[in-house]
Amino acid sequence: MSETSHGIGGLTFDAKKRAWPNEMNVFIALVAIIAIFELLGQVLPYMNGQSLLFDFNTARDGTILNMVRLKIIILQVSIIGIIAIGSTQVIISGGIDLSPGSVVGLTAMVSMSFAQTALVNGNPNPKAIFGEAFMDLPVIVPIIVALAIGILAGAVNGLLIAYTKIPPFIATLGMMVAARGAAKWWSKGQPISFPTDPFADIGNGLAGWSPVVIFIGLAILFHFVLKYTVYGKHTYAIGSNEDAARMSGIKVDRHKVLVYTIAGMLAGLSALVLASKNLTAQAGMGVMYELDAIAMTVIGGVSLAGGRGSIVGTVLGALIFGVIISGFTYLRLDAYYQEMVKGAIIVAAVVLDQWRRGRAAARG
Amino acid sequence: MSDVQTNLYSTDFSHGAAPSGEVILETRGLTKHYGGVHALQDANFILHKGEHVAIMGDNGAGKSTFVRQITGVETRTRGEVVFDGRPVHFENPMDARDAGIETVFQTLALADQLDVPDNLFLGRELVKFKLGPFSILDYKAMRERTIGALEKTGVKIPNIRGTIERMSGGQRQCVAIARTATFHSKLTIMDEPTAALGVQETAQVENIIRTLKEQGEPLILVSHNMRQVMDLCDRIVVFRRGRICANLDIRAGEISGEDVVAYITGAKTQPEYADAA
Ligand SMILES: Nc1ncnc2c1ncn2[C@@H]1O[C@H](COP(=O)(O)OP(=O)(O)O)[C@@H](O)[C@H]1O
Ligand SMILES: [Mg+2]
Repeated sequence: MSETSHGIGGLTFDAKKRAWPNEMNVFIALVAIIAIFELLGQVLPYMNGQSLLFDFNTARDGTILNMVRLKIIILQVSIIGIIAIGSTQVIISGGIDLSPGSVVGLTAMVSMSFAQTALVNGNPNPKAIFGEAFMDLPVIVPIIVALAIGILAGAVNGLLIAYTKIPPFIATLGMMVAARGAAKWWSKGQPISFPTDPFADIGNGLAGWSPVVIFIGLAILFHFVLKYTVYGKHTYAIGSNEDAARMSGIKVDRHKVLVYTIAGMLAGLSALVLASKNLTAQAGMGVMYELDAIAMTVIGGVSLAGGRGSIVGTVLGALIFGVIISGFTYLRLDAYYQEMVKGAIIVAAVVLDQWRRGRAAARG
Repeated sequence: MSDVQTNLYSTDFSHGAAPSGEVILETRGLTKHYGGVHALQDANFILHKGEHVAIMGDNGAGKSTFVRQITGVETRTRGEVVFDGRPVHFENPMDARDAGIETVFQTLALADQLDVPDNLFLGRELVKFKLGPFSILDYKAMRERTIGALEKTGVKIPNIRGTIERMSGGQRQCVAIARTATFHSKLTIMDEPTAALGVQETAQVENIIRTLKEQGEPLILVSHNMRQVMDLCDRIVVFRRGRICANLDIRAGEISGEDVVAYITGAKTQPEYADAA
């Protein structure tokens, strides 16, 4: 067949023709938000004409960009961004996952316990959780532990949702509370520190860029998985019309378990990077991460009603998120404002999504 | 019930495009109760290869319930379904599809946010590399076969890459029907396919049904549209309050619309279905 144009029953169509991708809108929003911050930097008297992203003194790092701030922006969204890749899939499938933040806390604690060194500056590790036999283990051990905990937590979420028909909101809320409790119970609230060098490299390697590389690598992988595999197609189909998916023979329950399990695994990976980057694990790690992750996905155009959205959108949403947070710091506004504006942006993104759906329905 | 079956088998096929005498689908005593609601009671039904049979009846007569029992959407309370010569117990609609029954359900089983090929191949995607759930989709093959199916059925869709949500009711219905035509089925079932459509869209669906008839594919058509049924079908089976109350061969032209209405409303009942009165 020719890819360009076909006539069927007298009408022609363009096989390549696509609707304006929603990711374009998100990208335009990103550019617009950057422009607003740049403009504010120029017009606000106390800013003295500072720029958010640009630094025309090329002597510093050889570019016209402020690489330091750029790195901060991307780094600070990478770890939550890994969670957001999972949230994207869950939300596209028509669900919601409130547990990743707590799963991050629990996974960080447990995997760090398997990543400790025996000796710190020649003295025994003051934060040791296990005995000598569990010290200085190969780095693969804490990695497997982290993946296993994430997968387990996700699978429990998925099984509860698929087979007991508890709404995802409730099932994952239960996991959120339980996993946080387990994180605190694990070391009776004590922080766990002093990992081996290879473990520390996970989140600090590549001149500090490794969280970004891991985030982008996972984003590319799951972009491919969502777009080009049966798993991806069924995820969209279930979120779009669960009954239709069931009637079409898709094993909806089994599929949901898989979606939540993958989201859990990504939360485990996120914890691994976070604990490694900070060289320590604390029971309070990851609090509210799930909400930031959901915010990134919604800003990126993923519909809370399911069936719509993409990883590309979520990555752009994460960048918008990072730019806004850094932008507030750069404008020297209080952290309180940051949170208030973050809340407003989430609501605005949902309103926009509903408006878009309303328009699509009116056309149909 | 054997007398009823004899009666059905003895249907005279001496005129018109005679379907072969071979039976493709038979139900015996098919029954479905929803708690106390006897939605379907002792349905004995026979469909021959190449035959187009209409199912008519008032709202709530049990037509959709009958369809759901045959297609594996629900589990029947009791009774037998024999399809293509062997008793079947479909666990789900996919089982029925694998066996060769394609159904256009009354509530469209389409995913709004997906495009036409995605919907046509929903649940049975073509893959070019098998990897369990992560098998790689073969988009190109699915597009090509979609175009083939649309051409075969004469369905007009301006842009197959557009999402279903942007299409009119008629186009959506045509996609659902094209889906059944894409796969070589042994039996097609349509539950009120034109109930929500305009005149032109209805004509288009009827053309598809005629194409199926020419190709000798058997069809069960649930419809309220008397003209449509008279035009397209060989036989009308009338349901009333969960029971079959008439089995009317309409090819000879001896049975009028008024007769059928009389059976639907309960003014008349065929003697062999006296217990439905
Ligand atoms: N899932 C169900 N639960 C309870 N009652 C049902 C269910 N589905 C259908 N019914 C009842 O069964 C009867 C037949 O319904 P249906 O088969 O949909 O009728 P038709 O398609 O002929 O209009 C109706 O009285 C309807 O209310
Ligand atoms: Mg019905």
